[in-house]
Amino acid sequence: MSTPIDYLLHLADNAVVLGQRNAEWCGHGPILEEDLALANVSLDLIGQARLLYQRVAELKGGDASEDQLAYFRDAHEFRNYTLLELPHHGPLVGYAAADRDYATTIVRNFLYSALMVLVWDGLQNSADAGLAAIAAKSVKETSYHLHHARDWLVRMGDGTDESHARVQAAVDHLMPYTEEFWTTSPAEGAAVAAHVAVDVWALRPAWDAMVNDALAEATLSRPNFHGYVTEGKVGLHSEHLGFLLAEMQSLARAHPDGRW
Amino acid sequence: MYTQSFSVADAPGQKPAAPTLSTENPEEMARFDARIDADGRIEPQDWMPEAYRKTLVRQISQHAHSEIVGMLPEGNWISRAPSLKRKAILIAKVQDEGGHGLYLYSAAETLGTSRDQLLEGLHSGRAKYSSIFNYPTLTWADVGVIGWLVDGAAIMNQIPLCRCSYGPYARAMVRVCKEESFHQRQGYEALLVMMTGTEAQKAMVQDAVNRWWWKCLAMFGPPDADSPNSAQGMRWGIKRISNDDLRQKFVDATVPQAKVLGITLPDPDLKWNEARQHYDYGQIDWAEFWNTVEGNGPCNKERLSTRVKAHTDGQWVRDAALAYTRKQQERAMKEAA
Repeated sequence: MSTPIDYLLHLADNAVVLGQRNAEWCGHGPILEEDLALANVSLDLIGQARLLYQRVAELKGGDASEDQLAYFRDAHEFRNYTLLELPHHGPLVGYAAADRDYATTIVRNFLYSALMVLVWDGLQNSADAGLAAIAAKSVKETSYHLHHARDWLVRMGDGTDESHARVQAAVDHLMPYTEEFWTTSPAEGAAVAAHVAVDVWALRPAWDAMVNDALAEATLSRPNFHGYVTEGKVGLHSEHLGFLLAEMQSLARAHPDGRW
Repeated sequence: MYTQSFSVADAPGQKPAAPTLSTENPEEMARFDARIDADGRIEPQDWMPEAYRKTLVRQISQHAHSEIVGMLPEGNWISRAPSLKRKAILIAKVQDEGGHGLYLYSAAETLGTSRDQLLEGLHSGRAKYSSIFNYPTLTWADVGVIGWLVDGAAIMNQIPLCRCSYGPYARAMVRVCKEESFHQRQGYEALLVMMTGTEAQKAMVQDAVNRWWWKCLAMFGPPDADSPNSAQGMRWGIKRISNDDLRQKFVDATVPQAKVLGITLPDPDLKWNEARQHYDYGQIDWAEFWNTVEGNGPCNKERLSTRVKAHTDGQWVRDAALAYTRKQQERAMKEAA
């Protein structure tokens, strides 16, 4: 039964890592309404992660728990897309602290939620009944996230010259990371064969249509890409995930016997 | 916040202050006073004396700013929350504070002052916010203690505001108080769980209580004798219970909770007074309080500059939204033409 577990971890790690990133805006958003919206997105993602980790813990048995999975695994054990662990700023800043860029946040949320509305929709028919139930809840939340991110993508693209330039730079920066969506990891391949997962490759035309339509409305162009395809979902991450986890896991690991 | 020197319900034995003298409009003024005396509500479209309007704008905006600045000290722990459940609870809580800010800015807007004007007051340092947020959150236990004590003190201050004479503020406070009381119970529950944990966790809770206790007592504002705005606030039905009465109520409610929790409140003078039927407590360090209110506390500069930076960095996002809306309107007009 290890295959569905790895696939569930991929979905859970995606949710927890992006939830952690979106929560970084709490108290720092460009306008109060956006603080609230991003906190909502983050809450939904953390909620999805909890349900998925709980399902994994159930399948694993023993002393596995949602928090043991989130807080006591190291970076190489995480199975999230590399896209989701990147900081909220443009390329080439390494791991140094830099200003958050709302365009990067919005573009990432758009690209990921456009994929996940399709994935969750398909997973409602998963052979794993627990996953199907999580998908039924998540597809509704994700369609709201998509709506929110798409609206802002269009506003920024068709807003001022500055916003257009910023959001185009974010699209150019992040689009290459979406190539990882379309490769098939061993865990995904096996989960598809077991009818637990959906074949993401089959969703590509629908995703392309959604993305192209939004970019056109936002007066943005889609960059061509030929290069390294990231491999976060098989545990080969960017330099950023280690820092994200070091922060997220620090308190739990400092008090491994603590009760919270 | 968490208003620090304003509040509610008529304290027993208080005599109403003399009616406000005004040259503005004697007839309108008489009608206004009569409504206040009858414990009626003033609504945005009603005539009101300028001083009443100004006082409310000041108080509501201070309250709104406190909610927004108050997102920062607790937000400091979102990324490190020790379990996913606690992370979700904390995000939801901080989001609630943002929501309170939103209702309160809206309530202030009904008095003719825009959110932009109010924010300008905050960012320039003219407008105040609750001084409690100028202290640092040093450990995870601070998150629980803020819920239990800071929100607990805020509720004491705010329940009376649900009966404030100004309708939009009173109605906003009904929802705010419900959420604050939920936060208070969540904070207390988080501490109860920690107290069943390791010795290090128990020490963390005690340390946080030691650092926040006196700051929370000061949240009720200066002693009644030194509270210059109180009398007029009482007269107008904006404030209903005095600072010292609220503070006493808070102490009396908190002592038994501390016992159940298993921590010590850091005041050697804290003891039950049989004659008064209240707890006696020690001296608050008002010099430290005023020094922080005046901008010289441990985090004043950091909190304010964080808010200013978020606003400045977000300018291009707000500009984009406005430009886009303008373009959409122009397109719609062209199509209609």
